[in-house]
Amino acid sequence: MTDSRKPIVSLKAISKTFSNGTVALSDMALDIRQGEFISLLGPSGCGKSTALRIIAGLATASTGTVDWPSATYDPDGRPDREIGFVFQEPTLMPWATVFGNVWLPLRLKGISKAAARADIMHALELVGLAKFAESYPRELSGGMKMRVSIARALVTQPKILLMDEPFAALDEITRFKLNNDILRLREQLGWTVVFVTHSVFESVYLSSRIVVMAARPGRVVAEIDIDVPGPRGEDFRTSEVYAQYCRKASDALHAAMGANDHL
Amino acid sequence: MTAPGPVIDDEEGGASRAAGGLPAWLPKVVLPLVLLVVLIGSWEAYVRLNAVPGYLLPSPITVYLATFRDIPSLLPALQTTLTITGVALLIAMVSGVALAIVVVQFRWLDYALAPYMVILQVTPIIAIAPILLIFFETTTTLYSCALLVTFFPILANTTQGLKSVDHNLLDLFKLYRASPGQTLWLLKLPSSLPYLLTGLRIAGGLALIASVVAEFAAGAAGAKGGLAFRILEAQYRMLVPRMFVALLLLALTGVAIYGLTSLITHLALRRWHESAIRRES
Repeated sequence: MTDSRKPIVSLKAISKTFSNGTVALSDMALDIRQGEFISLLGPSGCGKSTALRIIAGLATASTGTVDWPSATYDPDGRPDREIGFVFQEPTLMPWATVFGNVWLPLRLKGISKAAARADIMHALELVGLAKFAESYPRELSGGMKMRVSIARALVTQPKILLMDEPFAALDEITRFKLNNDILRLREQLGWTVVFVTHSVFESVYLSSRIVVMAARPGRVVAEIDIDVPGPRGEDFRTSEVYAQYCRKASDALHAAMGANDHL
Repeated sequence: MTAPGPVIDDEEGGASRAAGGLPAWLPKVVLPLVLLVVLIGSWEAYVRLNAVPGYLLPSPITVYLATFRDIPSLLPALQTTLTITGVALLIAMVSGVALAIVVVQFRWLDYALAPYMVILQVTPIIAIAPILLIFFETTTTLYSCALLVTFFPILANTTQGLKSVDHNLLDLFKLYRASPGQTLWLLKLPSSLPYLLTGLRIAGGLALIASVVAEFAAGAAGAKGGLAFRILEAQYRMLVPRMFVALLLLALTGVAIYGLTSLITHLALRRWHESAIRRES
């Protein structure tokens, strides 16, 4: 995609080698622009989660740079990334209520419960859990826990939302439902998302651009623009154009995989 | 904790009822009581039939009567024992948790201390008591013994808890640039609470044992002496019923400590931790 807009974040020649010698990521370049929904699609071991963690600053690249062109920098020279992160597991604090969990990012910034209340309730309303503010995580289903996790990620109104296989552990019915929720929220809030998945179907359904990756060493092998304007819904999931894109992504994925690679 | 009494809105109508319509908790209450009556009855019968002299084995009735006579004189001793147990437990809680926090923060300190922690923990404290007695007065020795015994379960469990924090949650705190203090207070301490409370329950029982054993080894605590000292004293004076009464007080104290630490655990964890949640099946 040729786009003259300034990227929110820009990866340049990122490589990551673990201490045991495994090359997790080799020479990855990626520009992420405002409003994009990018899926990192690939088999396990392709470095897609590593790339996400490097963007988030949870891991450091061995070589290469991550630029945040429009971010402000704190006195220590660290960029204020304004990130929301959703892990594969809901990663909620079991001892805190739903409200307390969503409050956490604001609380860590020193915002009091009273001052944060409106933002927290708004975030919970967006994921349809306002009624469950005083519930504890153990009282919720897997899908609801994941919604709390999403509410926590969006309560800070981040510039970019990073999601690391967030729905991989959920059943298919719940997953489809959450896929639609993500699309709706993106429509409403104009999110920029980087979404890690190993599901071809999920990535085509959600994305404006798919980055196909392969393993050993982890690398980018193809980029596919999903040029489907307008709101997507269940109709899109059964459409001809959806099937074509799925085949294209699937072909790109398999072309990159050697005969000895396993999914 | 299973609450006795009828369960409202019990769909299956049988979760709390055994076959035959009796509540499931009934045998758990009745059977131990039956056993108690049988044992005490046999004891009484044995003493009467064999005409065992009271200074060898007093009958349950004799002990029962001695209870009313002796309890007022034993209460100050109970208070002494309780004070040693309680204060040792409190100091152990504060210092054990504090050291655990430091040890987890500085890995090298963990390495340096680990073998000596094990040695101190496995050494029978009664053997340390006479040595401590050379350096300290009796009361201090008793506190030290009780503290040594209670300290390690709390330290070991809290350390384990602090090390077992969910890595994703740690990442989350890092992502939002939590300060070390915030991470400790909002994440590590609540997360290790179930471990800490397990340590407290273990330490609660051990604290009482330690304060009694230490008093056997080191002598009376202060002017009044604790229950252990009163047991020894009663033995010298052949006041066997009084020994039983003191023993009964110690048993009740142990049960009370167990009940109290279990209650604290239940109150702290009931809303969120698997161990404290009643399952519906």
